[in-house]
Amino acid sequence: MSQPASLTWLASHEFRLGWRDWVSLMTAGGRTRARNAAIGLVIFAAFMHMFAYWTVATYANAGLASDTAALVGITGTLFLSWSLLLSQAMESVTRIFYSRSDLDLILTSPASARKVFAVRMGRIASASVAIAILLAAPFVNVLAVLGGSHWLAAYGVVAAMGAVATAAALALTISLFRIIGAKRTRLIAQIVAAVIGAAFVIGLQIAAIFSAGSLSRFAALQSNWMLRHAPDTGSAFWWPARAVLGDYVALAAVIAAGVAILGASIALFSRRFGEHAVAAAGVSSATVRQRRWSMRFRSRSAARALRHKEWILLRRDPWLVSQTLMQILYLLPPALLLWITFGKGNDAIVVLVPVVVMAAGQLAGGLAWLSISGEDAPDLVATAPIDAHRVLWAKIEAVIGMIALIFAPIVAMMVYDDMFGAAMCALGILAAAGASTLIQLCFRVQARRSQFRRRQTSSRIATFAEAFSSIAWAATSALAAAQTWTALGAAIVALGLLAGIWMISPSRTGAH
Amino acid sequence: MQTNYQSHPVALALRGVSKRFDRPAVDALDLTVYGGEFYALVGPNGAGKTTTLRMVVGLLRPDAGSICIDGIDALSDPVAAKQITAWLSDEPMIYDKLTPYEYLEFVAGLWRIEPATAEARARDLIGWLGLEPHAHERCEGFSKGMRQKVALAGALVHDPKLIILDEPLTGLDAGTARQVKNVLRERVRAGGTVIMTTHILEVAERMADRIGIIAGGRLIAEGTLDELRRQTGETATSLEDTFLTLVAEQVAAA
Repeated sequence: MSQPASLTWLASHEFRLGWRDWVSLMTAGGRTRARNAAIGLVIFAAFMHMFAYWTVATYANAGLASDTAALVGITGTLFLSWSLLLSQAMESVTRIFYSRSDLDLILTSPASARKVFAVRMGRIASASVAIAILLAAPFVNVLAVLGGSHWLAAYGVVAAMGAVATAAALALTISLFRIIGAKRTRLIAQIVAAVIGAAFVIGLQIAAIFSAGSLSRFAALQSNWMLRHAPDTGSAFWWPARAVLGDYVALAAVIAAGVAILGASIALFSRRFGEHAVAAAGVSSATVRQRRWSMRFRSRSAARALRHKEWILLRRDPWLVSQTLMQILYLLPPALLLWITFGKGNDAIVVLVPVVVMAAGQLAGGLAWLSISGEDAPDLVATAPIDAHRVLWAKIEAVIGMIALIFAPIVAMMVYDDMFGAAMCALGILAAAGASTLIQLCFRVQARRSQFRRRQTSSRIATFAEAFSSIAWAATSALAAAQTWTALGAAIVALGLLAGIWMISPSRTGAH
Repeated sequence: MQTNYQSHPVALALRGVSKRFDRPAVDALDLTVYGGEFYALVGPNGAGKTTTLRMVVGLLRPDAGSICIDGIDALSDPVAAKQITAWLSDEPMIYDKLTPYEYLEFVAGLWRIEPATAEARARDLIGWLGLEPHAHERCEGFSKGMRQKVALAGALVHDPKLIILDEPLTGLDAGTARQVKNVLRERVRAGGTVIMTTHILEVAERMADRIGIIAGGRLIAEGTLDELRRQTGETATSLEDTFLTLVAEQVAAA
């Protein structure tokens, strides 16, 4: 048994906390859901292995004699995965910085704070490595089964990537702390993490679309320009790729580099991590002075007061706005692809409609959760002299109002091209936003707005229902814009889906 | 001189109110509070105090019984009952991204108070509670005491007849607690009715006109401090001693 306050003792404590966090995330806090979560994970793993077979089976026979094109493809894929790991690690570092949780206990205990924070950084690195290995496992397994055990070396590369991503996340976040201070770092780091996670994928997809008219990331990586400008095959730049292909010297170098970079960053930053965590904990007492727009109370009905409150809360939370609008960003590549593939004729608007409607549905889901479930003063609203149904209506109106404000300019631009298509798009937006709001109503829970990040894990049925409903309304609108009667069939499917959701919803069955 | 509240109109009447979760939380409770009275509800943890008050303000629906606020049946006409009632819990729930001024404007909108009247009250409350320097700062950086003061101002901005507070002094420093107590006393002097739960028995002893002791979801004793002392047969004891004796008797009887 390890000595109390020793590195191994602290590490086992951190491991226990991390494990319980993960279990709670998977089971949404419900013990009875553990079995369902396990079944879900097995099904997901099977699906991922099938997906991996479909995507990488043809590369299984690649060996060390691979050419520049193969090395570019593997390196690009590794870099893409690494950027996602970096995004995830930045999220973790920021979250740990700003969660006060056991900070008081740690800093008032006789244990070395530096040691504690070093272990905590190790926990972030372990989580990053674990996520990387879990996501890479289906692809590595398929390649190893089909092409030989040399592919298992990829696990080592993935682990090293997780370590380097954590080191980079620590360096980036602590640099932000030093440059812009504790108060702004939280927001900026979260936005940077989200943008890093999204930008590389979206950028590659857009490049691929312009170069080959496909959504595939590999198309951009295999372009003539890329191959012409790539370093020589003997360059150290390709070591990670060569390690993946089974070059054990390169693998040893990559792992050693990963461990050294992580170790150095932990040694370098563990003291500052503690100092910055203390500074971050003090951010809560900082004040934001609001500009006095009006010194007079305005006459508002209860419903209008509620709508106004929802809009003002959303407007003043740029992180929530950025998280919500990020969903729209991911729809840019498919929109571009649709436009390029089908939109060269007069029917361009028909391919834009489903993308816009899908975005509206997804955005409305997030806003509806914030408005309906994320009420920070539930007692105040519940004890106000206003009918509960009026409260809900006011919140629904707030969501639909925001959606209308965001999408009105897009629909207005469509009107110039095709009045009928624009009208179908507007109806689709309303239907998709209304359906997503209704789904959030069916699955409403009492939560704080700050729990927005975890809303998707608290009800996976609601998340999937929202996605399928948005897809169904997107299809309906596209078919309606194309003036085909099959739109009616799609609308029936969308309504049927909504009815099914309502039938199983906790609001109707009284389950919690 | 003691006031005879029983000649005052009834501000709150609970008759046979029951609520059950895993076990009975409130058990056929009868309670009457008169207008202009400061009533303290005390009891051990899990006695049913908060559940009772949450039923009164409409946050929970009782399984049985009736609740009447100022002559209004709160179960059949909750909106009318809520119009004259205010609720303040021990955990101040306010909006981090609003300023106290904006929060009060929002509450005034919910209660449909005429803007000029609400604004004048808001200015008074902000002044009384010492919130003036922070009236236009977002609440996100406020301490618990400041948040509780903002929530209290919100509870009072619509000039309720009945103010119900659940442990309003928990976690407040002496200065803030004094300000809150002063504001509540002022409301009672102005004719309002205050019902408050508290674990701080000295507060109940000093501030309340009548004290109700609740245990196991039932009202086991009620009256002025002297009346409660007489029930225990001791005349010179503190409320704490009286409370412990009465609760111990109830536990023994159960």
